[in-house]
Amino acid sequence: MITISQTIKAIKNSSAEDVVKQCLERIEGSKYNTFITVAKKEAIEAARNVNVHLGPLAGVPIAIKDNISTKGIQTTCASRILGGYVPPYDAHVIERLKEAGAVIVGKVNMDEFAMGTSTETSHYGPTLNPWDTKRVPGGSSGGSAATIAAGEVPLALGSDTGGSVRCPASFCGVVGLKPTYGLISRYGLISYANSLEQIGPIASNVEDMTLLFNVIAGHDPRDSTSVPGEKDYTNALVDDVKGLTIGVPKDYFGDGIDQAVEKSVWDGVHRLEDLGASWQEVEMPHTKYALAAYYVIAMSEASSNLARFDGMRYGLRLEKDHDWHTTYSEIRAQGFGEEVKRRILLGTYALSAGYMDKYYLKALKVRTLIKQDFERALKSTDVLIAPTMPTPAFKLGEKISDPLTLYMADVNTVPVNLSGVPSVSLPCGFSNGMPIGLQIMGKHFDEETIIRTAYTFEQNTDFHTKAPEVA
Amino acid sequence: MREESLKLRPYLDEVGVMIGLEIHVQLNKLNTKIFCGCPLDYHDDGPNTHTCPVCLGLPGSLPVINRKAVEYSIKVGLALGCSIEEHTQFYRKNYYYPDLPKGFQITQYDYPIASSGYINIEGEDGEVRIRINRAHMEEDPGRLVHEGGSIERSKHTLIDYNRSGVALLEIVTEPDIRSPKEARRFLDKLRNILGYLDVVDTTLEGSMRVDANISLAGGSRSEVKNISSHKGAERALLFEIVRQKNLLRRGGKVVQETRHFDEARGVTVSLRTKEEAHDYRYFPEADLVPLKVADWAPGIAETLPELPDARRQRFISRYGVTDDHAKSLTSEKQVADFYEQVAAEVDPKLAAVWIADVLKGELNYRSFSIDAYASEKMVQLVKLLAGDKITEQSGVEVIRTILDEGGTPDEVVAAKGLLKAGDDLVTAAVEEVISKNPGAVEDYQNGKHEAVNFLMGQVMKKTKGRADAKEVRKMIIQRV
Repeated sequence: MITISQTIKAIKNSSAEDVVKQCLERIEGSKYNTFITVAKKEAIEAARNVNVHLGPLAGVPIAIKDNISTKGIQTTCASRILGGYVPPYDAHVIERLKEAGAVIVGKVNMDEFAMGTSTETSHYGPTLNPWDTKRVPGGSSGGSAATIAAGEVPLALGSDTGGSVRCPASFCGVVGLKPTYGLISRYGLISYANSLEQIGPIASNVEDMTLLFNVIAGHDPRDSTSVPGEKDYTNALVDDVKGLTIGVPKDYFGDGIDQAVEKSVWDGVHRLEDLGASWQEVEMPHTKYALAAYYVIAMSEASSNLARFDGMRYGLRLEKDHDWHTTYSEIRAQGFGEEVKRRILLGTYALSAGYMDKYYLKALKVRTLIKQDFERALKSTDVLIAPTMPTPAFKLGEKISDPLTLYMADVNTVPVNLSGVPSVSLPCGFSNGMPIGLQIMGKHFDEETIIRTAYTFEQNTDFHTKAPEVA
Repeated sequence: MREESLKLRPYLDEVGVMIGLEIHVQLNKLNTKIFCGCPLDYHDDGPNTHTCPVCLGLPGSLPVINRKAVEYSIKVGLALGCSIEEHTQFYRKNYYYPDLPKGFQITQYDYPIASSGYINIEGEDGEVRIRINRAHMEEDPGRLVHEGGSIERSKHTLIDYNRSGVALLEIVTEPDIRSPKEARRFLDKLRNILGYLDVVDTTLEGSMRVDANISLAGGSRSEVKNISSHKGAERALLFEIVRQKNLLRRGGKVVQETRHFDEARGVTVSLRTKEEAHDYRYFPEADLVPLKVADWAPGIAETLPELPDARRQRFISRYGVTDDHAKSLTSEKQVADFYEQVAAEVDPKLAAVWIADVLKGELNYRSFSIDAYASEKMVQLVKLLAGDKITEQSGVEVIRTILDEGGTPDEVVAAKGLLKAGDDLVTAAVEEVISKNPGAVEDYQNGKHEAVNFLMGQVMKKTKGRADAKEVRKMIIQRV
């Protein structure tokens, strides 16, 4: 895997253009189907023009999840319905990356409209896990995590609606952060479930993840849910957890958890204890309802968010037009994949007259209870630690035909999105050669503490130094 | 129209008409749209020139509330006697239509910006109070242009998103309106109030669009959409009353349905019945945070201008004008301002007569606004009239000439020689006419009183209309 400091050194030794060209070569030779669109021309052009002395990420290549709008570069959400759509504007995070000197090398694969846990629902084919190409990279930001694990690019952006940054980070042995809701502008992020999701940074180590996070976090008046204020998160890169109180929610170690995962996470907690932290078990009794509430809310919002894709103004248009009603139906029938249709239909149902009370409004009540679980648990503790995923990466095709089983894999990640708190996933062990992810959750807007905890863990372990053998 | 109204009169008394209105008011005096920075001055520009990712609903774009639009809405709410909610929130109304680029409309549902107000109008039997249920904010959709005219005849339809995202305030009344005429009066009064608040330019097309709910004798109601004028509202409602009444008389049943008003043909046609009604799946718009508007209201209340009803009362008490004149003078803010400027300089009662009874009529006849006649010119004219320098007939001529050709009253009077003729001249003319028309004089003396009119006409002709007709009549009768 590649780090920012290696990249900056390489730029100093040759040029940003050379470094970006090498990166593009690796991408084009990729065996993991990590990219949907490689922005070769734009990337070389940007590298040529970058002032390598200006900006914290000057000349550093970055991969962008294909649901984040990039001016002049096709943005598909891995869906047929957005094939050929070229946004006329940049997302807020893209503006900030460009200001920081980063070079966008292309758009990476994902589950269609971020709906999935394996990157198998992409219209452009699944991304393969670089640790074992028979296995999924996780999802929905599978391309983002896999391209880093494969050593193709040092940095990537993902988005996390119910675990979509943390799950692939866990499955691919890299570091990914789901920031507090409101910390990063969603302007330009194509909505799946807008009350739940945040854009998140992914990198090969905590320091790089933090540097990237530092660049993209900050207020944006174009997103009404964006909070004011800027912080320098690199101040949290401190190797010290003395006095830190860790909460371990036993509800996150439920049925179906892999034994190696359970052991690695507890080892991680004990390692932090050795370094001066203390831990206690905490109760989060509503965790068992989180999955159901999450899917009702996410699908309800999705049914509305995806209504705009009708082929009238951009994206898929079929050969023959009929009356508008038929034309809409045909475009949506052919443009959306199975999983997207399932979620739109279920969400439409959950919001319908006569069912709304039973599903959507009830899910909102559960959401409030989940939030209260976090508030209570974090009253007596500084961070919560749990497995990111209950298992290591599963095999391609293993769960894709059984949506319910696949949804169950999100059990430990969705409560974080329902409550809005921040959470980072980083490698904490291996099981049969596949990485295991440890999840550190914190208080609203207290990214510093989870970064400090993650950094300390990383400095005192060597999991992050392991990389898959890239063919 | 008047005949139709007369024919309908018995129906109205007999059948228990209940009408409720929903008025979409375009807050077109704002500089920008409700959720983005696109300017509103698109009326003279080509289609899709005033758009951005937000009002085009491009993937990834997010709405940001225009705070001025919220202020305007609160202003209207307060002027309608509404209470302003503690918090206001936006919702999504989900439905598909080509003019709606996001596949949902951002509107309000629970927690609308204003609720429970009223407007007093002149009803069928004296003043009545029409209650306002609520006023809520929403975005206007784009505009469909059917190539080739009507939707039936066109081969394809074009979409212009310039209008997409213009702030609307939807004002919903209770079903307190009892007749089409009351509906029209309500709309006129509402327009009047909005004009005073300076939040809407009601002369722009589509600035006030009306949907009407109507039922007879407690039966099912029909909702009539696509009403674009106040006169159209009256006609659509008249048609609906006749239609529903005839349906009932033939033993039929009024079904709950949505009907479309075809303005050209003056009829309503069924769009969809209750069974086909949309389920809009309203749910909160998470991209916009709830606004604590209760804090805004007191400051905005202080900026409210004097409203039509209050101003009318003040005109009566301060200037001593009649109720009818006060009503006429306050029905438009600009006219009321004009009147007060004139009344400050001359006799307020005489000014009221000449503005309300003469000037407004001449302006209406020409479809001019009050701007076409400067207030100083009215001051000059009323002074001429008060000083008995010109006749009333000449006064009217002065107004007409200024409106059609320009100039000041003094200039027109001089150019046309309208100054009242001197007494000697009039006396001489009277003498001459009497001596030259012995036949007419004889007729009069024999009891044919109309003969005096002929003699008067002759005198007026001789003096080119500059003589006072009443005076002339008196003089003739004295002499013969």
